[in-house]
Order: sequence, then C-alpha cells, then structure tokens
Amino acid sequence: MATTVAENPLVEGLERLPVHPTTLVIFGGTGDLAKRKLLPAIYNLAHEGALPERFNLIGVSRSDMPDDEYRELARDSITQYSRREPDEQVLDSLLGRIRYVSGTFDDPSVYERLETCALEYDEEAGIAFNRVFYLSTAPSFFPVIVKQLGEHRLDRRDDADVRVVIEKPFGTNLEEARQLNREVLEVLDEPQVYRIDHYLGKETVQNMLAFRFANGMFEPLWNRNYIEYVQITAAEDIGVGTRAGYYDTSGALRDLVQNHMLQLLALLCMEPPVNFSADEVRDEKVKVLHAIDAPDPERCNEMTVRGQYAAGTAGGEESRAYLEEEGVPEGSRTETYAALRLEVDNWRWAGVPIYLRTGKRLARKVTEIAVTLKPVPHLAFSQEGSLGVQPNQLVLTMQPNEGVSLSLVAKIPGTRMKLRPVNMEFLYGTAFLSQSPEAYERLIMDAMRGEATLFTRNDEVEAQWRIIDPILKGWSQDHESVPKYEAGTDGPTEADALMMDGHRWRAI
Amino acid sequence: MAEFVWSEQDTSPGRIEAALRELLQQSYAEDAFVPARVLNLIAVVDREWRGEVENRLERVGRYHPSRTIICSIDPGRTTLDAVAVLSGPDAKKAGELAIGSETVQVECGQEHVPRLDALVDALVVTDLPTVVWSPHRHPEAVDAVLPLVQVVLIDSIEEPTLSDAVARATRLSEEAYVVDLAWLRSTPWRERIAATFDPPLWRGELGKLAKVTVRHHPDSPMAGLLLFGWLCARLGWQPGSFVEQNGSLHGRASSRRQEVALCLEAEPRQSAPGLAGLAVETASGMRLSLDRGPGGLSATRATSDGRLSEWTVLGASRGEAGILGEGIRQALLRDPTYRPALAAAGAMVQ
Repeated sequence: MATTVAENPLVEGLERLPVHPTTLVIFGGTGDLAKRKLLPAIYNLAHEGALPERFNLIGVSRSDMPDDEYRELARDSITQYSRREPDEQVLDSLLGRIRYVSGTFDDPSVYERLETCALEYDEEAGIAFNRVFYLSTAPSFFPVIVKQLGEHRLDRRDDADVRVVIEKPFGTNLEEARQLNREVLEVLDEPQVYRIDHYLGKETVQNMLAFRFANGMFEPLWNRNYIEYVQITAAEDIGVGTRAGYYDTSGALRDLVQNHMLQLLALLCMEPPVNFSADEVRDEKVKVLHAIDAPDPERCNEMTVRGQYAAGTAGGEESRAYLEEEGVPEGSRTETYAALRLEVDNWRWAGVPIYLRTGKRLARKVTEIAVTLKPVPHLAFSQEGSLGVQPNQLVLTMQPNEGVSLSLVAKIPGTRMKLRPVNMEFLYGTAFLSQSPEAYERLIMDAMRGEATLFTRNDEVEAQWRIIDPILKGWSQDHESVPKYEAGTDGPTEADALMMDGHRWRAI
Repeated sequence: MAEFVWSEQDTSPGRIEAALRELLQQSYAEDAFVPARVLNLIAVVDREWRGEVENRLERVGRYHPSRTIICSIDPGRTTLDAVAVLSGPDAKKAGELAIGSETVQVECGQEHVPRLDALVDALVVTDLPTVVWSPHRHPEAVDAVLPLVQVVLIDSIEEPTLSDAVARATRLSEEAYVVDLAWLRSTPWRERIAATFDPPLWRGELGKLAKVTVRHHPDSPMAGLLLFGWLCARLGWQPGSFVEQNGSLHGRASSRRQEVALCLEAEPRQSAPGLAGLAVETASGMRLSLDRGPGGLSATRATSDGRLSEWTVLGASRGEAGILGEGIRQALLRDPTYRPALAAAGAMVQ
C-alpha cells in the first residue's frame, strides 16, 4: 500500500522554498554558455543561499583536465561574468562541490565515470540526490546524450528525480523537432524534459501574465472588438559579432521568431488559465499557436518579409554589411531581419493582424509589444489645429526599460479645443528597487525544483515549428535577392507592405 | 551625480513640501533621473546619531526607499530646520534608467514629537506605502505617526528585555504590519530547518523533535526566541515558560507525541547580531547542527545508527546593511507566519 508523506508545515511563509538535494550535470561544461551564463548563475544562487541545501556540480566536456583545472576555469568564469563580485568564501565552498568528467558525448565510458562520480556524492551524503542533466552542447549531441543516459540507466532513479534541460535550438525545422522529440521521449517521460527558452526566464516576460490576469481593466478590451492590431518588435542594434558561424545557419526567423517571439505572442493572446500550473499555462499557449494558420509557402511573400543589413551607421559608428562580417560565407542569403503578419483565428482574435519583426543592426535595441486599439467611432472635435490624434496604444516594453505606456489624447492648454497625444508611463524600475535575477538563475532553480511553467513542452515546440516551417520552405524556393537595409535604420522598406490599411510600424 | 538641494532654517512642513515639488520640477526639466516610487521611509533618530543612521541607510544599496524623511530629534529645539536632497545615481549607463532618491532631513525638538504626524503628513508621497523606523526608540514618535503608516520597522533585539520586546512588537502588530529585523535575522536558519526536514525520508522526524538548542549573539536572544515561536506555531506545539539556568534560558513545549526541550544559549564569541548556531535532536536519535562558517552554514547530521555527514549550506552573510535592506524590501511583502510566532514567543516569556 502506498504511503503518503504529510506536507511540510515549515515551508509556509518562506520566500525560498526547499529544493531537494541536487547534483547538476552540465554537458558542455567548458563551453561558452556554461562559462558566461550557467556557472555565474549558479554562483549567484549560491551567494543568495538559494541553491538546494546540498548541491553538487559535475562538468562534462571533451577537454581533458583534472577536477582542479575545471574548478579554476569555473572560478575565472564566475569572477569575469557574475553580476556581483564573488564572495571568496562562498566561491571556494561552491568550487569544492564541483567535479569534472572528460570525454566525447558518444563515449560510453563518460557515462560510466559520470555515474560513479554522482554515486560518490550520494554515498558521501547518505541520500539519493536528484539529478539534473543540463545539455549545453551543440544540438546534434542532444539525442546522443539522451540515448546514452538511457543506456546507462541514468534516465531515472527509484528514490529521486531525474530531469534533463535541453538548450535551444530544439531542431531547425518541424521534422527535426519531431524527430528530436521522438528520440528524447523514447528515453524520458515528457515531465522530465525541460526545453529551455531563456527569454521566458526574464521577469519582464513573466510580468505579462501579471499584467493581463491581475488587472481587470484590460480584459474587457482584450479582443477583436477593441483591438485594431498588435505589433511585436525584438530589435537589436548590434550585428552578428562573433556568432556568424551559428547565425548564418540559423537566421533571424529561427533565432528569434520561432521561439521567443511566438512565445510572446502566445502569452499575449492566451486565454486565462484555470491556474498557473505548468500544464494549464502551456495548454493555453498551445491553443493560441494552433489557432495560427501556417502560411502557404507559395504565398508567404504576402505575409512575410526578410532582409539583410548593409553597411551603415549604427550607434554613431560606421558598421559593416552582414556579408562583410567575419565568418559569413560569401553570397550568404541568410536573413538578419524578418517581419511577419499572422492572425490568430479564434473567437477572441479573429481578424486582428499581429505583426512581428526582429532584426540585427536596427536603429536601437528594444523589445516591445504594442497593442493599438480601434479608433473612437466618431471624433466630435475639430481636427484643425490638433496634432496627430491617434487611436490609443498600449505598449508593453520588455527591454531596455521595462514598463507599460498608454497613449491618450489630451487637450492642448489654451482657449480652443485642440488635441494631441500624450503618454501615461509606468516604469517597473521605479517601483521595484530589487534587482531581478538573471533569466538563467530563475530557470536553473525551476528545473531543480521541478517547476516547468517557464519551459517549452513538446507540443508547443512542434506548434511553433508548424508556423515557421512553411516560411522557411517559401523563402528557400524564392531565388529573388534578399532585400537589403541600411544598418542603423528600422529595417527594409519592403516591410511596410505587410501592413494593412491604416496600420504602420512604430519607429524603432 | 545629478543633485538638487534645498535647505531652510526655521521652516515649516508646508514650505518643505513646496520645496520638494520645486526640486522635482527642476529634475524633470533637466531630465536628470526618474524619481523612484516604491515607498516612504520615516526614520526617527537622535540628532547626535543621525550620521550613523544615514550611513546605515546609504549602505542598504539597491533597497533604498524612494523618499526618506529623517526626523532628527534635538530635545531643546523649538523650531524646524530642514534640508531636502534629490539625487541621481553616480553613473548613468547608456540605455538604462537612472532612478533618483529623495531625502529630507528635518531637525525638530521634543515638543514636535507628539504631533509628528502633522509634520510628516505633508512630506510623504501620497499613495505609496509608508514605513516608520525608529532605531533610537522614541516610542512616542512612532505612536504619533502610526495613523499615517502601513508598516513599522523594528529590531526587537534592541528592547531591554524579551518580554518588553514581545509586548512592543505585539502592540505594534495590532496597529500596522510589523517588519522585525530580529525575525529576519532568523530567516536563513528557518529556511534551513525547513529544508532539512523537507525530503520525504526526513519529514517524519519533524514529529519526533525532542530538543532544540539555539545559540545567539549575547544581545540577540529575541531572534532565537522568535525561531522557537515559529517552530511552536508551525508544528502545533504548546509553548511553556522559559526559566534562566546558568546564564541560559530553558523551556519546554508540548508536541502531540512528547515534550520538546528548548534552550537559548548566548555565544559570546559571535560579533554580529543574530544567531550563531542551532542544534536539533529527535527522539529517534537523529541530530542536526548548523553553525555559522566560511561560505555559509556548516551543517552536521548524525543519524540514529551513528552515521555522520557534514556539509556546507552555501550562502553569503548579509551583514547589518543587508539586514536593514531586507527589512525595507519586506515592507512591500507580507509574511503570515510572524504574528503566530510572536504570539508563541510571548507565551514563553510570560
């Protein structure tokens, strides 16, 4: 007969809930992501006392090095990239819990040594640690590692939990994503799999849920009766930098639209979930994604625009064209800009165009969602002398300055009734002085805690690729040259053609 | 650093308020910074220790409140002098928000204390939570501003006796939400006790707790008492009275299964206020100890079969500035477990 364990009465009121003792294994432990993000995030969690009471870390990578050398690599990474200056005592204590296993990811002996190492931690403590395997490797290794975990029976434990965190990109098209899901789920159960999209770990994105579902004033307006159109922008002012090797095989559509921007769209358009459990939230997001008609590849030029940056002036400095960037193949047709017009065909959103655009080397760095309301049915005021009276626009800014802004129309002081738009602004930074944790800190803790709300489910990933795949096909069949846009501008002028009558892109 | 300053001797609340509005207009005109709008903090201090309090507030770093009103009490004074300073950050990073802070220092006399509410009412930012903190006691000043505030920040380790500390915190809790730094000093320890007994394997041991010993800085028994109160309240123990024996405080609590021995011991070697360590024993023979150590808390667990396990619970010390900053942050949150813990602590010092 199964016995149930009573709830822990001591957790009531605690901000930091207990997390089961955990051994975290980072595959790709010497890689760029581990050095720049993961190790510093783990240090910051340690500094704040947020890690599980008992915690171990094992780095796995190809480079051959002893534990001490890996600890020094971790120390250097943390010192260089941590958001706070490390406390030497905390850092030393953390490094004391780190070990390293070297070898290629397809080498069975790696997993044998890994298991030995993890079991030693268990035996030393006298408890079975949960295990979290973080796959911070090239995507081609994801199925290899998962298969090896299964073959070495590292995929589950009788008396503790095993979870696997998989970095993006999860496939490069729908078929690859499906194949990867099949291979992963042959070994693991879906609740064990945490597909990471670090964007979802940002406070700003999570705030969208609070904004929509904790403020009654917006819900009555949040539908096709009041909303004219929506535009989601994720603009960067930088170029590809040192990422040309990856970026040229990816492009803007795969890099940002397939994951981050469709997630923003889903959060914006989803119905209120019954509760905020992982599956309830993800169920609602998937419904939105399913309601978006996948474009016909033959006609995708009518609803998509791509572009590639040419030389120009960005941030006051001369900048090179994409094709002149180091590492970019000659004649590359990879898009550095993508704009889409989508529709969510459901009761709430039918007929409301949703415009998405992202790009590199644009005028400035900004991520925002602008919701434009329908105009008033009749403007009784004279337009003469009024300045640009526009429908109300609600702008949710994710970065750089997170906030909410509502454009209103107000009377210009004076003896006549002349109007102009004004902004009512709220900046989160002025209302919460606490520092937001880095996205990776939040997501690593959630994975260790078994909280999957901010991770992408298998059907969600496939639903995202279902929308993107036809666009990729359409673009690959289109042999016209990719439109160029000058660096430091708002992108190619061709994107204006996506806008319906009376709609226009916001200035970046 | 952008800074806008106004000062006046023999002034009035109305003139200070008008000056603040003027300074804000100047800062808007120069686009110097955006005023933070988190909370108002009224600090009531002795004039001679004002500098020390200002230093403590400066060190709380990112948890600095939006508008700080320092009422500095100089007993013989009959007029008000005031200085208002609006200032932005030292360096404004490109693309980032520069958030300013506002500080008003008001020199007042003892005769102003009974009507301190009339003085500060004009100076607080409307519609923001208001917190009062009176580190040099002045209970009458706190009482005066209670109708204006939502939160009282106290450090009950500063009261002369445990029963005084419990009585004052209890009375204030009836009027406003209390953030008690003594309670926050016990937070990491409470978190660790909760985490220790969280794995299903160990959770059953919670019902078998037989003895808990808490060691504390000689001036901080209240932090330990609140931790005991928390255990009683959360685990449904009936607390009994404490008695002093050999310089330590001993008491008992009745759980459903057995009596639990409780002991508060001063640790003279500890320099920082707060707790120094704790030890827990269960009727089945499990023992757990947690002690301050390098890089976190040094933990030791001995199981009933004699197996010993040692580890470090990672975490950096917050320091006194960190505790105060945490207190200000907690003013925006609500902890439902403090008042039951305080009530149980009260039963132990009756």
